[in-house]
Amino acid sequence: MTEILKVSGLTKVFNLHLLGGKKVIGCKGISFHLKVGEVLGISGPSGAGKSTILKCIYRTYTATAGQAFYIASNGNIVELLGAPENDVLKLRQQEIGYVSQFLRVVPRVSAMHVVAEKLFLNGYEESQALKVAACLLEYLGIPKDLWEASPVTFSGGQQQRINIARAVVNRPRILLLDEPTASLDEQAKQRVNDLIMDLKQSGTAILIASHDQENLERVADRILFIDHIDESKLRRDNRNVCKVAHN
Amino acid sequence: MLKEKPLLKIRELTCIFGIGCSKCNSSTGPLAGTNICSYCGSIVACADVSFDLYDGEILGIVGESGSGKTTLVKCLYFDTPASAGEVYFRAYKDGKVNILALTAQEKRYIRHHLMGMVYQDHHDGLNLDFTAGGNIAEKLIAAGTYHVGQIRSRAAELLQRTEVPVARMDDLPRFFSGGMKRRVQIAKALANNPPLVLLDEVTTGLDVSVQARVLDLIKKLQRELRLSMIVVSHDLGVIRLLTNRTMVMKTGRIVEMGLTDQILEDPQHPYTQLLVSSII
Repeated sequence: MTEILKVSGLTKVFNLHLLGGKKVIGCKGISFHLKVGEVLGISGPSGAGKSTILKCIYRTYTATAGQAFYIASNGNIVELLGAPENDVLKLRQQEIGYVSQFLRVVPRVSAMHVVAEKLFLNGYEESQALKVAACLLEYLGIPKDLWEASPVTFSGGQQQRINIARAVVNRPRILLLDEPTASLDEQAKQRVNDLIMDLKQSGTAILIASHDQENLERVADRILFIDHIDESKLRRDNRNVCKVAHN
Repeated sequence: MLKEKPLLKIRELTCIFGIGCSKCNSSTGPLAGTNICSYCGSIVACADVSFDLYDGEILGIVGESGSGKTTLVKCLYFDTPASAGEVYFRAYKDGKVNILALTAQEKRYIRHHLMGMVYQDHHDGLNLDFTAGGNIAEKLIAAGTYHVGQIRSRAAELLQRTEVPVARMDDLPRFFSGGMKRRVQIAKALANNPPLVLLDEVTTGLDVSVQARVLDLIKKLQRELRLSMIVVSHDLGVIRLLTNRTMVMKTGRIVEMGLTDQILEDPQHPYTQLLVSSII
């Protein structure tokens, strides 16, 4: 399998000017790689920096140090943490998907349109985009009578599925999932897992930050365990071993 | 990544109101905490502003009142003469000339053919003694459309597109609601299919439901017409909804620039952190 993302020495320190310049470490010295069609889990307690890692790669956070080399579909190597904003926007639109922990949408936009948004941005015809969105919504088990409603009126689990659907609708090459199954029941969790496996089969590299260790072990090829404490932690799962120094 | 040529390239744009002196730049700015030069009393409305805008991109400009946001877009639209700096606009002579140094006639051409502007104050953007259709016609005539039938049909099409009842095309905008006036301004700005539209505080003074409709309309039009936009606002909600990238200004200078979600979730500059923490 070819490598698609290589992160080295990723560090994020928040500088809180409003608290007199207090520094808070989000994550420190994180290194890992991700291959095409691989699922890598990031596990660890709350506040360990799982989301921070994903947000730094997606550029929602500005990393303080480190590098993240991504091999784009055109073969170019892009250093995501320092790439020009315009390039990052293009990659977000076409190649990198991100599912935040909580869904944030405009309350006037229907679930169908929320899911189809990336397809519109990529120049799809409206009818075609909505057809793809409908297929995905059906697959994820969102009742058909809700499709025209705004996702803000949905239950937590349904919102999370919409959140996932809108990130995967254009089949990104890399998918960053932040607690994708946190508020789902077993059945919905299984559906999301199936979708993850389906994307994996089609070659999407997936990074999942989750504290749901049991579910991570079900879907991930490797698990990266991060913690606050100041020593390298080793965590074994039945497939692979990862080592991370943190803080 | 393939290097794309920006639609708009702005370098060290400066606008000073007053006589100006050699110390204007050093005695003002975020560190000095003022934009009034302590040596000559000139107001440095904006200084050393440099950025690129790409095709189909929406750039937000946020900042407190008096930070130079409006002055910046007015300089780009040639309403206010810039004191220094260079602006290259790819839609005009492939971006090879500094459009700030052009003749009045050439500037007029760019203003009417290649740019659209929606002003914060409708008195700036509309002539309230002309009908809604007449206001749109003004822009069309300025760009060389003289056929009355064509003008009327284009005006009707634009009003329909911007959700203004076409039946009110021959009414004076002074009798329109605030939201309708804003929409007529949007129609006027889009009259000649410009690649760049400048929006100055487009939702200010409107009630929330009208604000939402105007914002949805702008978003829809931007997507359909693949417009590039510069959106000036002090409302971070507007910025979050509309823009891809955001520039934060304070006392006439850019203090931070980044992807909109980065500016809102991980602001770096003390002023941006204060601004983001002030969201109600």
